[in-house]
Amino acid sequence: MGQVNVAATGVDVAGGSAEAPQERTELRVPAAPILLALKGIAKAYGPVSALAGIDLKVFDGQIVTILGPSGSGKTTLLKVVAGFETPDKGDVELAGRVITNATPASRGIGMVFQNYALFPHMRVAENIAFPLQMRRLARSEIRDRVGRALSLVGLAGYEDRYPRQLSGGQQQRVALARAIVFEPPLLLLDEPFGALDRKLREYMQLEVKRLQRRLGITALFVTHDQEEALVLSDRIAVMNGGSIEQIGSPADVYGRPANRFVADFIGESNIYRGKVAASSPEALTVTLASGQTFVARGASPRPIGAEVGLVLRPQAPTRLTDRDGADNVAAGCIEDVVYVGDAIKYAIRLDGGGQMVVRWPFDRNQTPLNVGETLRIGWAGDLLHVVDWT
Amino acid sequence: MGERRAKAVERAPRRIPVLRGEHGPVLVGLLPLIFLGFLFLLPVARLLMLSVEGGTLVHFQKALFGELYVRVFYDTFKIAITVTLLSLLLAYPVAYVLSTASPQWALIGFVFLMLPFWTSILVRTYAWMILLGRNGVLNQILMGLGLVSEPVHLLYNVPGVLIGMVHVLLPYMVFPIYSAMLRVDRDLLLAAEGLGGSSLSVFWRVFLPLTLPGVIAGTALVFILSLGFYITPALLGGGRVIMIAVLIEQQVRQFLEWGFASALSIILLSFALLAFFVLNRTAWRKTA
Repeated sequence: MGQVNVAATGVDVAGGSAEAPQERTELRVPAAPILLALKGIAKAYGPVSALAGIDLKVFDGQIVTILGPSGSGKTTLLKVVAGFETPDKGDVELAGRVITNATPASRGIGMVFQNYALFPHMRVAENIAFPLQMRRLARSEIRDRVGRALSLVGLAGYEDRYPRQLSGGQQQRVALARAIVFEPPLLLLDEPFGALDRKLREYMQLEVKRLQRRLGITALFVTHDQEEALVLSDRIAVMNGGSIEQIGSPADVYGRPANRFVADFIGESNIYRGKVAASSPEALTVTLASGQTFVARGASPRPIGAEVGLVLRPQAPTRLTDRDGADNVAAGCIEDVVYVGDAIKYAIRLDGGGQMVVRWPFDRNQTPLNVGETLRIGWAGDLLHVVDWT
Repeated sequence: MGERRAKAVERAPRRIPVLRGEHGPVLVGLLPLIFLGFLFLLPVARLLMLSVEGGTLVHFQKALFGELYVRVFYDTFKIAITVTLLSLLLAYPVAYVLSTASPQWALIGFVFLMLPFWTSILVRTYAWMILLGRNGVLNQILMGLGLVSEPVHLLYNVPGVLIGMVHVLLPYMVFPIYSAMLRVDRDLLLAAEGLGGSSLSVFWRVFLPLTLPGVIAGTALVFILSLGFYITPALLGGGRVIMIAVLIEQQVRQFLEWGFASALSIILLSFALLAFFVLNRTAWRKTA
């Protein structure tokens, strides 16, 4: 949990700074208070367990993403926080207050729904005014705040439109404005960009991040899009089957996945199954079923014979000439070539058996390799990440 | 609506090759049109012409200014409006329960709603006469429980007519409201709640406005049907509650006053069309 306190400063946590000793960090910047705490949240629908004991802390001012495949329980978790579902077990605390059984209205949390849930019979201004009217604010105050919220999301002048007269991106901004206009301490976003096309999605992601920083709002975000999670989050909680598999900064979950599921789900990776052949504090030697042996550095020691997974990101290996050496070397022949814009992906059939996908930047001056060509590749031991196989 | 119709038109030619092409829809519509034209519109037009036979408006004068007949129109409207309001009050909660019930319970609810709907209106009205009569089931229960000391008059008066009409017309109110409720996105209610709305304000500000098109459609149906209701007021009113349709029947059958009956029919038809037009306009404005 060391990285948690660092991340709590609200500064983007790169992989390096997360390594800083905990004490020093706390001395420099006092940890932000915990805004939202989930303690042992469990929820079942009949015999089906949707959430199996979720613990999660969200610090003030952060964007935390709950990332997981559909059916992993992430939306249920968001509903528990919003108050639309009551957990069977566990507690929800908002700013130190237990709100597990509080009504959604009394929680004062802002939420952006997947389909925006704008009231179709109200104009844009009425939609945004709704939460303020529910709080019985004065008419003039409501008008001021609605105006400010609209200009904040860049929709000044759209007050009198109906939601159906707006594009998807504009509807989303209205939903966002409506969710922040009453200055909630916490903003929930349920896959808010799912319905937008890629370009607009990327733009809105940055827009939301900018808004969040500017308003100092804390946001809990649900998505199944790992790229989105990496772009947006201070911290990511990877969910699967109703449990959190890993919580950490984007750099953490990408660079040091806690287990095979996280390694597979976040980013592309080559995962190989093997047994530990030798273990020392410096290096772990792993033999695959095919007989190939790879060396991983920086992994925690494991008993000889333990089943492990070796995780190698496609951009990690480099092409070797005949004379070059590396911690790990493999040879193979190209099976498939895919252009992905600024890079080329090669699927390589390894001589010892098995396949490896590598991704290298596209170089204008070099002719790309062709299907059937043979090559040697190598990578350093610290680029090979070890996870337990189970 | 227009879009849906356009789609249906698009699809129809694919199924029946003969009806392919732009004349397909016309061909489909032609047969019922001929049928309705000869067997309904023509006779109705003939009947309506009777009101001005001899080039005189005397029948209309009598209907619109004769104190007795104005009274009947007034009563008819009063009963129609009361029936509509009572149906609305009963139907809205029923529709809500049906729209939120699990599929099995919704089915059971619908069977109970449809069963009377499929039963002959005459049978139902006679059933009410048995229930509401002086020595009817209801009075026996009320007296047995000691709630009243002498039989309550529920038959051959306005309350009896209201009970019977509401019973017959209730499904017409429930169905449009039910379908409007089904169309309401549940996330909107959650959103309203999450934004600080109490149950009451979620209902008034979000749920009710979104179901209003169904309410208007049901209101239009029930109101227009009640304006021209005949059997139930005739039987349960026992000749003491006179609505327009009853009056028209009397004029034709007892007094052979075809011209006057025709004038009354035209006035009734105009009111029905006017009500339809007004409510339709409101519905359009709400949904457009």
